[in-house]
Amino acid sequence: MYPEEYLYSREHEWVKVDGEIAVVGITEFAQTELGEVVFVELPDVGQLFDANDEVGTIESVKAVAEFYTPVAGEIVEINEIIVESPEMLNDDPHQDGWLIRVRYSSESDLAELMDAAAYEKFIEGEE
Amino acid sequence: MGSDSHRYLPTGSLDLEEMLEAIGVASVDDLFSTLPAAVRLTEPPAVEGPLSDQELRRFFRGLASRNLTPGEDVAAFLGGGAYRHETPASLDHLLYRAEFFSVYTPYQPEVSQGTLQAIFEFQTLISMLTGLPVANASMYDGASGFAEAVLMTDRVKRKRHKAVVSRGIHPEYRATLESYVQNLDLEVVEVGWDEQGRTDAAALERAVDDDTLCVAVQSPNHFGVIEPWEVAARAASSCDALSIAVVTEALSLAMLRTPGDAGCDIAVGEGQSFGLPVGFGGPYVGFLATRDEFKRAIPGRLVGETVDAEGRRAWVLTLATREQHIRREKATSNICTNQSLCALAATIYLALHGRVGLARLAEINVQRAATVRRRLFEAGDGLEAAFRGPIFNEFAVRSARPVDEVLAEMREAGVLAGVPLGPDYPELEDCWITAVTECNPPEEIDRLAAAAARMARTGTVETGAGR
Amino acid sequence: MTDRPSTTPEIAWRNEPLLFERSRPGRVGVMLPPSGVEERPLDELIPAELRRGDLEELPELSEVDVIRHFTRISRKNYAIDLGLYPLGSCTMKHNPRINEEVVRYPGLSQIHPYQPEETVQGCLELMWHLERVLVELTGMQRVSLHPSAGAQGELAGVLMIRKALEARGENRRYLLIPDSAHGTNPASAYMAGFQVKELVSNDRGTIDLEEVVREMSDEVAGAMITVPNTLGVFEDQIVEIADMLHEKGAFLYCDGANFNAYVGKARPGQMGVDVLHMNLHKTFTTPHGGGGPGAGPVAASHRLADHLPGSLVERAEDGTFRLRTPSDSIGRLRSFSSQFGILTRALCYILSMGGRGLAQVAENAVLNANYLRKALEGTYHLAHETPSLHEVVFSDRTLADTGVTTLDVAKRLMDYGFHPPTIYFPLIVHGALMIEPTETEGKEELDAFVAAMKAIAREARESPELVREAPHETPVRRCDEARAARQPVLRWWPAEEEAAE
Repeated sequence: MYPEEYLYSREHEWVKVDGEIAVVGITEFAQTELGEVVFVELPDVGQLFDANDEVGTIESVKAVAEFYTPVAGEIVEINEIIVESPEMLNDDPHQDGWLIRVRYSSESDLAELMDAAAYEKFIEGEE
Repeated sequence: MGSDSHRYLPTGSLDLEEMLEAIGVASVDDLFSTLPAAVRLTEPPAVEGPLSDQELRRFFRGLASRNLTPGEDVAAFLGGGAYRHETPASLDHLLYRAEFFSVYTPYQPEVSQGTLQAIFEFQTLISMLTGLPVANASMYDGASGFAEAVLMTDRVKRKRHKAVVSRGIHPEYRATLESYVQNLDLEVVEVGWDEQGRTDAAALERAVDDDTLCVAVQSPNHFGVIEPWEVAARAASSCDALSIAVVTEALSLAMLRTPGDAGCDIAVGEGQSFGLPVGFGGPYVGFLATRDEFKRAIPGRLVGETVDAEGRRAWVLTLATREQHIRREKATSNICTNQSLCALAATIYLALHGRVGLARLAEINVQRAATVRRRLFEAGDGLEAAFRGPIFNEFAVRSARPVDEVLAEMREAGVLAGVPLGPDYPELEDCWITAVTECNPPEEIDRLAAAAARMARTGTVETGAGR
Repeated sequence: MTDRPSTTPEIAWRNEPLLFERSRPGRVGVMLPPSGVEERPLDELIPAELRRGDLEELPELSEVDVIRHFTRISRKNYAIDLGLYPLGSCTMKHNPRINEEVVRYPGLSQIHPYQPEETVQGCLELMWHLERVLVELTGMQRVSLHPSAGAQGELAGVLMIRKALEARGENRRYLLIPDSAHGTNPASAYMAGFQVKELVSNDRGTIDLEEVVREMSDEVAGAMITVPNTLGVFEDQIVEIADMLHEKGAFLYCDGANFNAYVGKARPGQMGVDVLHMNLHKTFTTPHGGGGPGAGPVAASHRLADHLPGSLVERAEDGTFRLRTPSDSIGRLRSFSSQFGILTRALCYILSMGGRGLAQVAENAVLNANYLRKALEGTYHLAHETPSLHEVVFSDRTLADTGVTTLDVAKRLMDYGFHPPTIYFPLIVHGALMIEPTETEGKEELDAFVAAMKAIAREARESPELVREAPHETPVRRCDEARAARQPVLRWWPAEEEAAE
């Protein structure tokens, strides 16, 4: 369910490290809790954020969730397709449903995150 | 306890007994045990009643008789944001349907399609009249709608702090805005008018800068003068701000260039003219329309089209995540209950008048107002037009003699000739505004002109022409 | 299914088109008077560049068409006249018809708001009467009838707190709001420039004094508390909380949305409340109208009365009435004085009940809620054991292993001829079903509702699909809300423009 090579935050974001770039999305658990996603608001490319800053919002029919970046850095790309087809976040949250690509500024942010096993244990407590 | 019979309380004495037994308590008072004794009343409150329907009719007729009723006791030419228009009889009959008036906000679409379809039609009609593609399900009234429109531009243009508004906007709308923003980091800058009675375009251009959120102009403005919306649109676009078109006489939308056509970003106003009685100030219905790109910043409810599980067309409340019950303190507004039934009245009114009726009604207003303006100024030496700009159904009158004196004398002659401007505009203390609609038949117009003529001739009018 | 008569008509006019689709050229639904004046060419009166083109988009319909259209679509609505409408915290009660009659008297409905005060003495007297009875019922010092609805009354209330602090030269940042509060509370607080600190409810569903003490500081302007709260539970420490706030120079705001639970039985003024708004469309029977109009009078203690919004009616020694603005008012929140037509209906209702009758309203509302609670508590899981007043909240715990959700139960209730209760609110109860029957329901209606709720609980175990796919009997089946939000269609467009898109 949760890819081994990803890292996970307590706010239910996942991070895939790809060289100096971190790809960020929300987890399967998060999309199930939200229900049918209808709208995604993402930051602008080029914006700078600290770790755990709010960078966007995800709206379902009956709920709104803020979405945070687990790593500090500059936004280098956003997923334009998800803005057009928000349902992709429900269908494939861990791959095509990625949200932002960040040029991260510090390895230490990554150290704060959980691996897949720890995250699975973490969400057992949330349910 | 609780056994007294009342027409609105279906629980009879036998029911009470059975229900208390089922609950397992001896008396109804036992159910209030969580109220601290210190705050519990030992005696019922001292409120008159219960009254029968007959007694209630007598009481309210008594109150009504202590008012002077336009159209019955007096000829009234009053506007200033509330306009008397004739209401087709069929409208009220439809509003009386319990399926419309005794229902809640349509949160459950499967049993609320009637309300939802009607609101969707209202949104469509407002969109057609304003020339802007997205209209909401209604605001409380024009004034709070105006304040909400300014707050809306604050969400679109974050980090800007200045709202530039014309003094031609209804004084109570501007006062409402001041109340709404009194604790927010937002400054309101007001701009005056030119000799035509229109917003001073040059001053408006000077007032805007890169800290400006929005530029707001009303047409017809509070002096009745028709403003070109382009003035607001141009000033706003010069500094990348949003333009707000304010309308207090919604019927004018049937005749005048639409805000959308002129390039405005938001149209907001009062829809009372569409089938709602002036009713001493409310309830009325505010409307708000905007461009498609701002639809997620819009306050209040929106109805959207969708399909049901069998693929049939249906309507639902949508984009609800903007609203307070989901987003709480981050909502686009705190508005919850709006003016749904009043919006329904407007929808029925517009459906009955339709393409031909609404256009003709607007023209009747224009023709009568133009005639009254001409006759009034022909009649009296002491009266003249305060401004020369074109008007819809209202205009400002300047009087050589004190306004209060003249209006009081006219009232003695059975005419309420207008609303004084002095209280809100000290520099116009010698002016009032007169409104003319299809509710002022030719004989009322004659009465007004005659009173004005006698006043000019004698310095005072004879009494007794009215009541 | 029960043998309750169907409340959805057999022929529901399912495909009644939109007004615009019904339009036929050359039809009109009104007869207008002649202008009666010598008409001039429009171009002489209003330059062409200031005018619009033809209203060609507007529909063309006869009176018959319009009456049929709206009558048909009205039949797709459930209404209080058809049966129980148990929306928790919404107080959907019977709307007396005498209210509707008197408000239409021309001597009230045709009065212009800018008539001179001497010519509107009846209107002012009516408002004066209403303020007096609301003062009597709330125990507060003064009541402004100005706000347009509950949320605007709330905004007025928090602005008044802000103003009073300013007058003392203080600028406090926070308002304390319980996690069970209506969403309008934090939204109003924010609009007044406050930040919100959330108070956590205890396991009885109420707010402890200790919780308020914990969050209290010099930066706290006050607390906004709903009495009884959205669980239908009376905040039994309200007096102590008020005393503590006052000691620290802060204020107590009471959300009066649930006033129906104790009208005539207790007065907020005696609980230490400084400011309170009321929803006249809840407690005082003015019709909800499909979402308004309402009215939200705001009442103040002596601490805040000078800051009330709009104008108050004063009676002079000679018996005449006039409008006066309070000395340090927060200002106006709307044009003109008030939702006068709503005030008229509310006063009519209050006089039709009398003091004893109003106390009986609260008694019967609480009786009905407790009757439902007792009848359903074995079948559905009661969120809190604390005694209920006017409403009762169940959670979805007993449904957990059925695959049926609270939403499904709500939809299935429609098939049994009932409007569903409020669902998923308050947020602190999982899968909440919030039921408020009000006092205007008789025992047989409550019994029929209980039977339906029990039948649905049975169905959830025996034939869950039936419940999950509900409703089956309504004019439309379950609606696709995600589709509506993903590609919003917010108005009708003529067919050719659709094709061009």
